[in-house]
Amino acid sequence: MVNVIEVEDVSKQFKIHHERHQSLKERILHPRSGSTEVFRALSHVNFTVSDGETVGILGRNGSGKSTLLKTICGVLQPTSGEIRLRGSLAALLELGAGFQHELSGRDNVYLYGSMLGFSRRMVDAIFDDVVAFSELEQFIDTQVKFYSSGMYVRLAFAVAVNVNPDILVVDEVLAVGDERFQAKCIDRIRHFQREGRSILFVTHQADQVRAICDRAVVLDGGELIADGPVADSLRVFREHLLGDAAAPEGAHDAHDVHIDAVTSPTGSFQVRHGASMHVDVDVTSERALSGYLLMEVFTRGGLLVSRSDAQATPVSLVPGPNRFGLDLIDVPLLDGVYEVNLGLVDRPGGSVLAWREQAATLQVAYDGRASGVIELTPAVRQ
Amino acid sequence: MSEPAAGVERRHLENAPVRVVSARDPLRVRLANLVSRRELLTSLIFSDIRIKYKGSALGLLWSMLSPALTLGIYFLVFSKFLMNGIPNFVVYLFSGLIVWNMFQSAVSSSTGVIVDRAGLVKKVSFPREILALSNVGASVIYFAIQLTVLGLFLAVIGHAPAWGYLWILPISFLALYLLTASISILMSAITVYLRDVRHLMEVVLQLWFWVSPVVYSYENSIAATLHNHGLANVYFLNPVTLIILTFQRIFYVATTVKSTTTGATLHILPTWPMSTYFYLNAALLGIMAVIFLTSVTIFGRLEGNFESEL
Repeated sequence: MVNVIEVEDVSKQFKIHHERHQSLKERILHPRSGSTEVFRALSHVNFTVSDGETVGILGRNGSGKSTLLKTICGVLQPTSGEIRLRGSLAALLELGAGFQHELSGRDNVYLYGSMLGFSRRMVDAIFDDVVAFSELEQFIDTQVKFYSSGMYVRLAFAVAVNVNPDILVVDEVLAVGDERFQAKCIDRIRHFQREGRSILFVTHQADQVRAICDRAVVLDGGELIADGPVADSLRVFREHLLGDAAAPEGAHDAHDVHIDAVTSPTGSFQVRHGASMHVDVDVTSERALSGYLLMEVFTRGGLLVSRSDAQATPVSLVPGPNRFGLDLIDVPLLDGVYEVNLGLVDRPGGSVLAWREQAATLQVAYDGRASGVIELTPAVRQ
Repeated sequence: MSEPAAGVERRHLENAPVRVVSARDPLRVRLANLVSRRELLTSLIFSDIRIKYKGSALGLLWSMLSPALTLGIYFLVFSKFLMNGIPNFVVYLFSGLIVWNMFQSAVSSSTGVIVDRAGLVKKVSFPREILALSNVGASVIYFAIQLTVLGLFLAVIGHAPAWGYLWILPISFLALYLLTASISILMSAITVYLRDVRHLMEVVLQLWFWVSPVVYSYENSIAATLHNHGLANVYFLNPVTLIILTFQRIFYVATTVKSTTTGATLHILPTWPMSTYFYLNAALLGIMAVIFLTSVTIFGRLEGNFESEL
């Protein structure tokens, strides 16, 4: 498999001006003042994206994920290191960044296409698709300054996905637009994946990564701290989030509570729809504390079925190994395989003390006729 | 990993060229990038022109009409009111002015272009020189229009250009293009760091205009004085001068004329033979090519910090 993106030992430093002198006059008047500080946005980042892969970049605000993306797109030059790209790349760093307000939608489609690096002839060929996708048939000859922000975004997204780049780079743009358009974008991205194109996807929403990506990398403070399957990277991402949340208090180390295993007394996680099931959770703690169990259930497709905090019943941990029982009563899930994540939080809605991604894989058997994820039993009245 | 859907034609990425993003691209790579994005350059040029004439009924015709009207006004002023004794002075004036207009309009519009389009520079990847070059390109188009107006005007008044010299025009124009592009590229980057350079540039361009022989004849005015002080060569350090003189030689033709007011003989243009015009222009073109490459290199150095300065 060919690598379409190879990021090799990339670092990026920014100079932060404390007192900036941006004019000739000020430079002459204050020849030496204006202290600067060097800020390391990326340090020695290495990773690759191979052809046909969808990779998510996870990280908190300021972790360097946008800087990394901009460097890959060539908007920024790395301070050191090298990035090698194969094939055409379309970047959606900010939708409609290249639009000229005075020009019509039509002219902007061509202009934006050429900014993304596609020829006029290529844009000609996809023009109708772009218009159809953006649903702006009536307004395509209107100047874009009269567009609403939603229309603006739709047009820009439509151009970027319809020019059929080999690599699509998306930076948190899926958060815009109405829900229907968002669904359309996700749909389009899946289509992209089916065609075997590569996608690099930045977000801080774990659910989107789970839904779309084949692999994820995690950035923290400009360093790549994880690169691997989505579940593993998500675990690191959450552990880091909790590590930093705990740090200011200085009270406890992030790793002093650990969920060791989730087991079932019967040895399997198969359950019939409507039946109950019992699982045991083994937790090792280095100190006594109380917290709450948090459970997430996902479908294989990445849809979050439920996130619940076990009726907010606190659990008390003693130093050393602990075991809790967890009862799932009258499982309402329908036929299918579900991933279960378990966590321990200090209070409902509070910060995470321990997390186990893919703690269990639940197989639900159902012989009724309903389909979907859960059973609703609508009562009919006449 | 999703498998390619059946029937979808797979691209052969194994053979696709590898693009490298690194700290400092060599000049060769920068130039290759510029060439590969020429379509962006043309679409930027034409979108700029379209925006300029948006909402005007005559559209691009204005760019033809406005130099024609200017020419008409000069014609009226210099042949009826301000008679300086130089016959057909308006031809002399306009052939220098088209050169100056191209230089001045490109440089003054390029100076602030990266600062003005910071949003684009920070979000979309393309060789940033293209922003300045698109302004130069628009100036080339206006230059072509003005040249056409001049040609029509010459045909109307029955003034023949120096046909034998016409082949030097492309060399001279190319030198003008490279000069304009170099200064535009450099100034667009410098303004990012020193914002008031934009205002300084307005003054510099005015001064530059007056040290170039556009509205006066060098030979007929300051040549003798400068020569006496040994400064004649200094005057020719201004690269625009040679280009303007070449254009004037081609379109105005006469090097010496009889004054229409006093009848005295006036020296208007240098009496160089054609070979001198050629060698000087060829040498200028060579120098400008080096300067252009230098300015692209300097731009590449300055470009690295645009993000934190914009």
